[in-house]
Parts: sequence; structure tokens; C-alpha cells
Amino acid sequence: MMTIQDFADTIGHAAASKSPLCIRGGGSKDWYGQDVQGTVLDTTTYRGITDYEPTELVITARCGTPLAEIEAHLAEHGQMLAFEPPHFGPNATIGGTVAAGLSGPRRQAAGAVRDFVLGAVLVDGKGETLHFGGKVMKNVAGYDVSRLLAGSLGVFGLIAEVSLKVLPKPVAECTVQLRMNDVEALRRLNEWGGQPLPVSASSWHDGVLTVRLSGARSAVDAARKRIGGELLDDADGWWRALREHDTAFFKDAGSLWRLSLPTVAPPLAPPLALQGTQLIEWGGAQRWLRTDADAATVRAAASRAGGHATLFRGGDRRDGVFQPLAPAVLAIHRQLKHVFDPAGVLNRGRMYKEF
Amino acid sequence: MNAAVAALRAVLPDRCILANDEETRPYECDGLAAYRQLPMIVLLPENEAQIMAAIAVCRQLNLPIVPRGAGTGLSGGAMPIAGGVVLSTARLNRIVKLDPTARTAVVQPGVRNLAISEAAAPHGLYYAPDPSSQIACTIGGNVAENSGGVHCLKYGLTVHNVLRVRMVTTDGEIVELGSEALDAPGLDLLAVAIGSEGMLGVVTEVTVKLVPKPRVARVVMASFDDVVKAGDAVANVIAAGIIPAGLEMMDRLSTQVAEEFVHAGYDTQAAAVLLCESDGIAEEVEEEIARMSEVLSECGATALAVSRDEAERLRFWSGRKNAFPAVGRISPDYYCMDGTIPRKHLAHVLQRIEAMEQKYGLRCANVFHAGDGNLHPLIMFDANVPGEFHRAEQFGADILELCVEVGGTITGEHGVGIEKINSMCVQFSRAELDAFLAVKRAFDPAGILNPDKAIPTLHRCAEYGRMHVRHGRMPFSNLPRF
Repeated sequence: MMTIQDFADTIGHAAASKSPLCIRGGGSKDWYGQDVQGTVLDTTTYRGITDYEPTELVITARCGTPLAEIEAHLAEHGQMLAFEPPHFGPNATIGGTVAAGLSGPRRQAAGAVRDFVLGAVLVDGKGETLHFGGKVMKNVAGYDVSRLLAGSLGVFGLIAEVSLKVLPKPVAECTVQLRMNDVEALRRLNEWGGQPLPVSASSWHDGVLTVRLSGARSAVDAARKRIGGELLDDADGWWRALREHDTAFFKDAGSLWRLSLPTVAPPLAPPLALQGTQLIEWGGAQRWLRTDADAATVRAAASRAGGHATLFRGGDRRDGVFQPLAPAVLAIHRQLKHVFDPAGVLNRGRMYKEF
Repeated sequence: MNAAVAALRAVLPDRCILANDEETRPYECDGLAAYRQLPMIVLLPENEAQIMAAIAVCRQLNLPIVPRGAGTGLSGGAMPIAGGVVLSTARLNRIVKLDPTARTAVVQPGVRNLAISEAAAPHGLYYAPDPSSQIACTIGGNVAENSGGVHCLKYGLTVHNVLRVRMVTTDGEIVELGSEALDAPGLDLLAVAIGSEGMLGVVTEVTVKLVPKPRVARVVMASFDDVVKAGDAVANVIAAGIIPAGLEMMDRLSTQVAEEFVHAGYDTQAAAVLLCESDGIAEEVEEEIARMSEVLSECGATALAVSRDEAERLRFWSGRKNAFPAVGRISPDYYCMDGTIPRKHLAHVLQRIEAMEQKYGLRCANVFHAGDGNLHPLIMFDANVPGEFHRAEQFGADILELCVEVGGTITGEHGVGIEKINSMCVQFSRAELDAFLAVKRAFDPAGILNPDKAIPTLHRCAEYGRMHVRHGRMPFSNLPRF
């Protein structure tokens, strides 16, 4: 098994010899972001839950710990990772989950990966081992670098260990489906969002709105009466398939765009989106799009609506999969990259080609 | 008139510049009144363009800038720097837009925390973080400090409730971090900006999330004859799968002084009193209150009371909310600490604090955001007695070291500011502090924005003489000790 010191030495040597490294956990998200470059630095042997006290609502694990192992362990104590991360493969690790920064259906109600990161141990591009944050819920000592690592795609270093806030699983949960078009679905989702209803996930696709309710038994029952619709069997399996992109919509070949928009943004109209080619999640805040439109067109549409677009899978990736940054923001990105990885050897270009 | 005032007068209207001692005096400290410094100039810009112009002048003249909201902070983060400028955002106090359908509000930094909830109330919405100073503190300050409140276990801190921050850097650039959507491309710079204590940029606009106001809230008040039992009760409530809307603990001394002050109906014989709140729709609250009460009884509560109506709920809370002024009634001065600990160490930490009371000859009352482990010891002293303030400071520093020792942190919600800057040397290694300083340079290469706050220099740590120790290694071993 690798130790932190081994990682630090490997990274230190890579920096000294300017040899690029590609930090890799289970490889379940190799396809995400720009193409990977460099020698693989495998994290999977650095694994294990190092601290978990259910009553503290915090779990700490080494980066190579399988996500499935963490979820199973939490479930034994009636708890969960509330951001409901997608695995995208059986080998997903917790380090990769945090580095990728992807959240699942419950994100609309519970928050994203970054909202649950409490602390991290980072082996940076200089081979220094740095501790940020901690294992407590409230901590404002120093800048919140550990949250910055969520979604950083490894450009600052190896996230060797991470502490995450966990939550109890809801006492009751049920899922209902209603037939309606996208305009009506967005209208209802925004209306429900402003009321004390326990909506924990939502999805609209192809004329069907699916809504999950989670919370106290009485709250779920009351909301179900209010919302109506047909009860969905095997709801857990249904949401898992959605989370894992294991449905016909996601399995199609061709480019898949993820648009992050204000929930009130109007439905994407033809020619950008044709009937059946979009899937709405997160109360309207996350919209998946199948389209042949070029990147500039999709990004312009997302920007006009107040959000941004990511070429999630497939398509022409040469011009970058992530929405270009404003020059002043890009400048800060480059400066920060230089802080943690001055030799520029870690996951180079994985996020933006400029660093 | 000095050159700095002249240069600022050239770009700002006179009404935005205070440069006489009597005008600048009110800005010499923030909520941490024991630390004072008169600034050279106070600026009260009225819009973003004026902020940019002021920053450009300061940068040119290399004048340090201390941003300031309402000045309610408790760590000296807004304490001026000698010869420097205080940049108040108080006059940028407009709610730019409130969209009840999107459940967001776009506000200027000088808008008061509570004013957002008041504006959202007609739509059945509110802004969740509720620091106890919410009647006065501003959203710009909340962003700087990542403020929490008594409901943050369930509803989160500022970082969980802000979607977007617009700020001006000392480079003169306007940067937008986050977005009106749930995320933004690139690195999560918003997470770094929130809680950065005004050291990375001057906030000019904030988009906050609004959430539905719970229909009903009720609180259970439970007495315990032993602090350990009360701590276990907190753990058992969580273990039962309940996330209370609020979960607060008060020790005997704080209960007694609060009861004398506001007559909240507290059990003054109890070693600890817990307040455990549930909110939501009526049926849900009833269900949760029943489960909470059961757990608290099983854990040995000697008395239980559930608020029957809103008036009673507010009365139960009034003691907790007035704990600080209540302590102020029995002691000429008090010093509020803000460590966070893993909850399981609560009894141990309280025992050690009791021992410190003996050591320093000062009393200490403890209130505790029990749900999230954030402890507020209130150290009582009399500033007119020579040496007492110094003893109180040392007592406080000892408590913070204890928090780090048990795996916690020196500040849960009040920030480091100038107050706890030495304690940062205990919590972080040299390499970690270097990384923080480098992060600051990435945003503020000129180093003029609230310099010498929050992140200590290596030299300062060496002078402090209390070193970070991890794995038994002393990271400052190559430096001479003073």
C-alpha cells in the first residue's frame, strides 16, 4: 500500500523532472473533463475509512476507498452521503468523487459535494502534505481550501483523505409521476420549491415529471396528497438508474450536454432542443441536452439563460468541454494553480488547457 | 490635508470621506472592542464605481484597506490598520432584486441580514442563516465571515446559502464567483471567497438563496443533572436520525444568569439545559417532537417542557439569545470564545475549562451550539483590574489550544481576525500558512486588502512561541525562538 509519504515523493520527483502525472482513482470518470495526460498515479491502494462516528455526522476516508464501501458502511448506521454522488462505474473512489465534484438527484434539496466537504489532506504539486478544514461542522480558520478541492479535478494535487458531513437517511420516501409538458413541469417545480414541501429530487423527460418526497412520514404523506400523481414502484432503482445515467436517454450515442441554469430559465426551445431530447433535473437547475448544435450555440443559449454548459460526454472536445472563464477569473485560476502546483505537472489541462 | 485624502477627494464626493478623528472614531473597532486602532481615513462609497476608484487610489499609494460591513464582528476582522483606510459598504444597502419564483435575492453588501428575510416574508420565504447579530449585521460581513446561526445544523452556513458573489479585487477587476444557477464553471472560488475575512476582494453584490419559511416551529426544553448526560442526549438525538432545526446547550452558570435576566422559565438547578427545536408542517413537527422527547427522556432528562405556542417558544429561546447580555449584567466585561470540537469531547472540554477557571481566577459560562459542536465560553473579567484582561486573553488562547488538541478548530463562526491570529500558529503548519498567504496573493497581489489579519506570517508565529505540533515534529525548528 502507498503511504502519504510515497505519494509526496512521487509527486516531488515528477515536479523536479517536469514529468506530468495523471491522478487516478477507479478510473470511472476518465472520460470527464479534458483528455488526461501523463503517467498514471494510482490512488486505489490508499484506502480505508479512518474515522466514522455516526453521532458526529462525519466520515473520514482515504482517497482510494471505494464509494460503494463508504455508502454501504453509512447505510448500516442509517446514514448517507446526502449529495447522492453518481458512481459511473463499480470502481468509483471517494477521492475521485470529490475531485470530480458531481452530485446526484438529491442535490436540489441537500446540496452539492462541496457543501459536505469539511476537511481534506492534500498532497500538493510540491510534494507538501497540507491539512485544510477538519472533522467538525463549523470551521472558519483559514481560507476554505478543502471546499475548493471539490470539483478541482486534481489540478492542485492529490486529495489523499477527505472528511465529509453525512446525514441520516430520511424516515420516509416515496416517488410519484405526473404527465405534463416541460413548461408546466418547470412552473410546478418552481412553485413547489417556494413551499414547505419535502421534494428531494425531480426529473422531467418525455412528458413525464417524476418527483421524490423525503422526510418525516407525515410530511411525505401530506405532500403526496398535495402533489398527486401515480406512485412509482422500485423508486430506488429508478433514481439509481437516473443518477448513473443508465437510461435510454443517456445511453444514446452522440454528444451529451449538461446545462446548469437558474430554475426559472424557460425550457430549451427548438432547434436547440427537440421533443424528447432534454431531461430536466434539480427542480430545473440541471438540464441534460442531446443536440447536434455546435458548442458556441449551446454555450450562448446557456449564458443567455444565466448559466453555463458543459460538454459532458461525446462530441468534439478539442475546444474544451467546460464553459470558458472570464479573463479575470481565469487569471485567478492560473495563480492558484501556480500556488499549489508551480511545476504544472498534476492533471495538466484536465479542466482548462491554460493550466 | 494629506496626500491620501487629496487623492481620494479627487475621485469620491466629500460626503463619502471621513478624515477627522472625531468622525473616524466610531470606526476604531468592531464588536471586539478591546482591540482598537484609529484609521487615517474612512470611506463610505455609494456604488461599485466609487469602490473601484477608491481601490485604485489605495493601490497606487499602497494604502492598506480594511473592508467593513456593520462592524458587528467579534474577532477584530474590521479593526482598522494604522495609517490605513476603512472601506465601509454600509451605504450600498439596496435590495436590487427579489425573485420569489426563483427563490433568490440580489442584494448589495450593506443590506442587513434580517432585512432580506423581512423583504422575503410576504412570499413565505426567508434567508436561512441567522447569526444572533442579524438585526444589524450585513450580508457583506456575513460573506466575509461565513456566518452561521442557531439553525445552521439543518439549514447551513452562509457558504450553503449564497449562490453568487460579485467583488472588486485590488487589481481593479470585477469578478463574478458562482452564478444564478447552482454552480459555475471552473474552480469553486466562491467557496474560498466566503469566509475569507475581507482579504481577497471587496464584495459589491451578493445573490442569496431564499427558502420556504417553515409553517410551525416548536422547541423541547430538557434539564439534565449532569453535563455528560446532556452531551450523550445530543448524540442520541442525532443517532435517532433526527436533524433538529436548532440544538443548543447551556451550562448551569449561563442558565442561571439568563433566567435572572429574562425569566425564560429555565431550571436553574440543572447542570445543563438543552433546547431542541423542530420545524416544518404541523404533523411533521408533532412527529419529530414526540421522537425527540422520547430520546431525551431515555437519556435521563430530569425535566421536559415542550413549547405550547409561539409565545412560549420565543420565551424558551429568549434566555439563550440573551445569554451574552445576561453575562454582561453580572460581570463588567466578558470575552466570548468560539471554538468547535467533536461533540463527543464536550464533557472533557468543559471539565478542562473548569480547571482553567481555577488557574486564571476567572469565571466562565458556556453556551454551546450543541448540534454542530460550536462552543462559546464567555470568560468574565474586569478590565479595570490590572492584569485581568491579559489573564482573560490567555484563558481564551488556552481554550482554543484545547479545541485543536481534541481535533477541533479555533473558530467555528466568528473568524480569526486579529483576535485569534496567534492561535492559527497552533492549528496550522508552516506549509499550510504559506499556502493561505499564497492564496491571498492570487487574489490580492498588492497585499493591501486587510493585511495582517486571519493568516499569521511565519515570523509572527515564531514570536508567539507556541508552535504547531503534528506527529511530534516542530515545523519551525530552523528558526530562532524569542
